[in-house]
Amino acid sequence: MNEALMIAGMAVVTFSIRYVLLASAGHFTFPGWAKIALDFVPPAVLTAIIVPAVLMPNGNSIEFNLQNASLLAACVAVIVGLIRKDLLTTIVIGMIAFGLFKWLL
Amino acid sequence: MSNVPTPDNCATIPMSTKPIGAGDAITDHDPKLFRKEIIREIFAGSRATIPMIVGAIPFGIIFGTLAEQSGLSPLGAIAMSIFVFAGSSQFIALGLLAAGTGPLMIIATTFIVNLRHLLYSAALVDDVKHLSGPWRALIAFGLTDESFATIADKIRKSDDEWRKKYVQWFYLGSFSAMYGNWILCTIIGITLGELFPDIGNWGLDFAMAATFIGMVLPYLTTRPMLACVLVAGAMSLGTADMPHKLGLMVSALSALAVGLSYHLISRKKK
Repeated sequence: MNEALMIAGMAVVTFSIRYVLLASAGHFTFPGWAKIALDFVPPAVLTAIIVPAVLMPNGNSIEFNLQNASLLAACVAVIVGLIRKDLLTTIVIGMIAFGLFKWLL
Repeated sequence: MSNVPTPDNCATIPMSTKPIGAGDAITDHDPKLFRKEIIREIFAGSRATIPMIVGAIPFGIIFGTLAEQSGLSPLGAIAMSIFVFAGSSQFIALGLLAAGTGPLMIIATTFIVNLRHLLYSAALVDDVKHLSGPWRALIAFGLTDESFATIADKIRKSDDEWRKKYVQWFYLGSFSAMYGNWILCTIIGITLGELFPDIGNWGLDFAMAATFIGMVLPYLTTRPMLACVLVAGAMSLGTADMPHKLGLMVSALSALAVGLSYHLISRKKK
């Protein structure tokens, strides 16, 4: 029940965001600052998800040390991403690195 | 053959077999030829989306695989792919579910994460405002990062006539290919998850972190962006203890505020 409610809510919210401007068919336009602000949304949200996931793999305390496989693999992913600038390569090498570190540590 | 007079001399199709989409702006047009063009555009749209689809396949599969262990039922995972159809927010929902977050908070987070789609519709609105309401609703529903990238690129390279006549058919091709693939990959992932119950130990959950890292890096070209990301990271650690995963929203909004202020201040100086 909770699950159906959650999915319905997510669907309504997502569709509304995508539809509201198209529904108005150009009668409503954004102020310039709002467009700039929207540019910051994806990196802000994604970073706020990545950092705790990587630094707090067990969900309660920060593990900033060399025993933390997610932290090491994330460093590898950042370096690969900066060099290759290709999403798929970053993901694949990041995951291989994670598997390797987990196995080694 | 034809029992209906048409302006064209090669009308061999009775007007009763209306081409799909008759009722759109084009009236003085040979229906048979137009139908061929529609099919051509649908295929072109699908074909142009293939590189994006290749990129989406692993995510769809991983989403399906991780669903059950995160606390989302297989049916729920399929329903999410069918009705929400927004990859990154679906992933985030799994992460939040696994952390025991309630539905309202997940919906609120979905809102923040998908706000970027406002940009996409803002960019498209001039090219689709001549279309009917249902068409615009369909375009809105399918407005993923991938289909937007594909259609925006095509629009940029096309002339006015193409935009007026074919933009929706090309989009339909792009959307159906993305949509069908996303649902299929979700199902494949769920099946894999059931075949290998210990798949949770394979480190697939790191795939999400790796994906997001790869998505953030291209943004880091300006100082305001860098400031935004640093604030988001620091705040997310500082607010990790907040109830209901509120920390995510607080961090994202503070980072946005810092990035925007920095941008506006540095622009004023020039």
